Amino acid sequence: MNKMNQALRELSAMDTLAAQHSPIHGLNAAAKLICTAAYILIVVSFSKYDFGRLLPMVLWPVLLFQISGIPVRICFYKLRIVLPLVMAVGLFNPLFDRMPLLWIGTVPVSGGVISMLTLMMKGIFCLMASFLLIATTPIDSLAAALRKLHVPSMLVTLLLLTFRYVGVMTEELAIMTDAYHLRAPGQKGIHISAWGSFLGQLLLRSMDRAQELYSSMLLRGYHGHFHYAKWKPFGLIDALYLAASLTLMLLIRIFPVAQMLGALFI
Amino acid sequence: MHMADALLAPAVAATMYVASGTAAGVSIHQLKKEDDPQKLPVMAVTAAMVFAGQMINYTIPGTGSSGHMCGGMMLSALLGPHAGFLSMIVILAIQCLFFADGGLMALGANVWNMAFYGCFVGYYLIWRPMMRSKRFSANSASRRTGITLASVLGCVITLQMGAFSVVLETSLSGITELPFGAFCALMQPIHLAIGLVEGLITAAVLNYVYASRPELLRDVNLSAQEHAGKRSLKGVVVTLAVVALVVGGGLSLLASSNPDGLEWALFGNQEAGYAQNMGLDEEDFGVASAAADTAGSIQEKTSFLPDYAFKNSESAAGTTVSGIVGSVIVAAVAVLICILGGFFRKRKRETAVQ
Repeated sequence: MNKMNQALRELSAMDTLAAQHSPIHGLNAAAKLICTAAYILIVVSFSKYDFGRLLPMVLWPVLLFQISGIPVRICFYKLRIVLPLVMAVGLFNPLFDRMPLLWIGTVPVSGGVISMLTLMMKGIFCLMASFLLIATTPIDSLAAALRKLHVPSMLVTLLLLTFRYVGVMTEELAIMTDAYHLRAPGQKGIHISAWGSFLGQLLLRSMDRAQELYSSMLLRGYHGHFHYAKWKPFGLIDALYLAASLTLMLLIRIFPVAQMLGALFI
Repeated sequence: MHMADALLAPAVAATMYVASGTAAGVSIHQLKKEDDPQKLPVMAVTAAMVFAGQMINYTIPGTGSSGHMCGGMMLSALLGPHAGFLSMIVILAIQCLFFADGGLMALGANVWNMAFYGCFVGYYLIWRPMMRSKRFSANSASRRTGITLASVLGCVITLQMGAFSVVLETSLSGITELPFGAFCALMQPIHLAIGLVEGLITAAVLNYVYASRPELLRDVNLSAQEHAGKRSLKGVVVTLAVVALVVGGGLSLLASSNPDGLEWALFGNQEAGYAQNMGLDEEDFGVASAAADTAGSIQEKTSFLPDYAFKNSESAAGTTVSGIVGSVIVAAVAVLICILGGFFRKRKRETAVQ
């Protein structure tokens, strides 16, 4: 299976998840967007040695995963993209920062190791949060929320239109790539002689397609404005969700929850 | 080059959001002024095509490896810098939201590193002056040379700037212990190679477009009058270089209280045994200025910036025994939530079946 088919499958998997029903799916998209942004902001605001204090932040996404019934497996599959990049930066920390910060028995753990682990943890937590947002919110509702949050309508419309066409274009390129490889067996990629024409042909066709798209938009009454998803008003449950989430995050940010819990037992 | 959220401190991420947001605002304003309703679908379809096109493997002759394209330069040559920039924002947003390629909070930085340089610097600094110069517009052969040169130069330069920004942003966020210079030495050469390949791919595609539908390319079919009104290349180069450096570097420097990598490179670190790197005196330099002090005190008050002032290592790592025990309890609670969630879902399914 080529890369484009893989991408198409990932896209449709996310669409299917977002179309499910759960208490989290039913929440106002703007509330979810604000919570996600706050969560990511708070996670990355922990200091690089704050492994112990950062850990309780896992509770928020874990709760959401469970309430929404979104399988965590798909999220962790996406880690293959995030982790190598974060690791590439973090891996040098143990080499440069060798001061022992912690002793487990007689084994010293250096600051670099702790900061590397914290960095990885931050990467995983942030991914979980943004994955949960998209897995529980259809793109139309997200676009409507962005409009409510005063993101310019041109950008939001462009996002929606592009998202619609990403599927079409990716499918077309998947077919083109398959056809190319069937005619050029044993060749890894696109040969240099076809570098220009391969994408160039599609580009020219796309330009024509854009004209048709515009005509069809006009025929359906487009006059510079786009209608987004039906806006679900911000209700009591949304306010409660927002307040509860933010309180939980702030509590974990301000108090060393793990340490306090441990102190109860020792 | 897509940065993850974990690689940025909130202050740096916010600064980059402001910078990219300003560029986006200017672009939207400009496009509204142009008032071409047809442009939006063209932008959307082209952006979708570039998004898909990034997944194509191009075989690099003579090597076993393959290259990819990023598209900023191509989009601005086709749509113009403003429309190209907005299209790139959308591409990066979709990659970040649906494919976890780059973080949500890092989107501002990613847009700056990959779209701003590629679209604005690439267009105003390289594409437009070269397309308008007489040397590259005499006949179609020289035009093709011009397109190839502009694509390669544009991709190489803008990718270098992007890679440097990644290093700067990560170092300013205090994420990596890797010294600034060493980090640069790692990033820049890799992106030189990537930029070269990307430039050649872009050149191939744009030359194909030029051969079949030259009217689609910006600044390629200009009348003699438009040629006469061109600005001098030198002026554009100087202005844009200064603007890019001031905005990209200066703002981030001001925004962070802990420019350790950069500080290391500028002032040396005698405690850690480094020599005086650039021999600059911290007292006489901007870092210790009144403006920086004010910025620092504002930051302390807003306090979202991670504070790395943990000298007391015991409390810093939260490493007392109770901390470890507490972490285990947190993990146990997380597992318990999962078990409970699974239990309730199972029961719900069973009741649904009945």
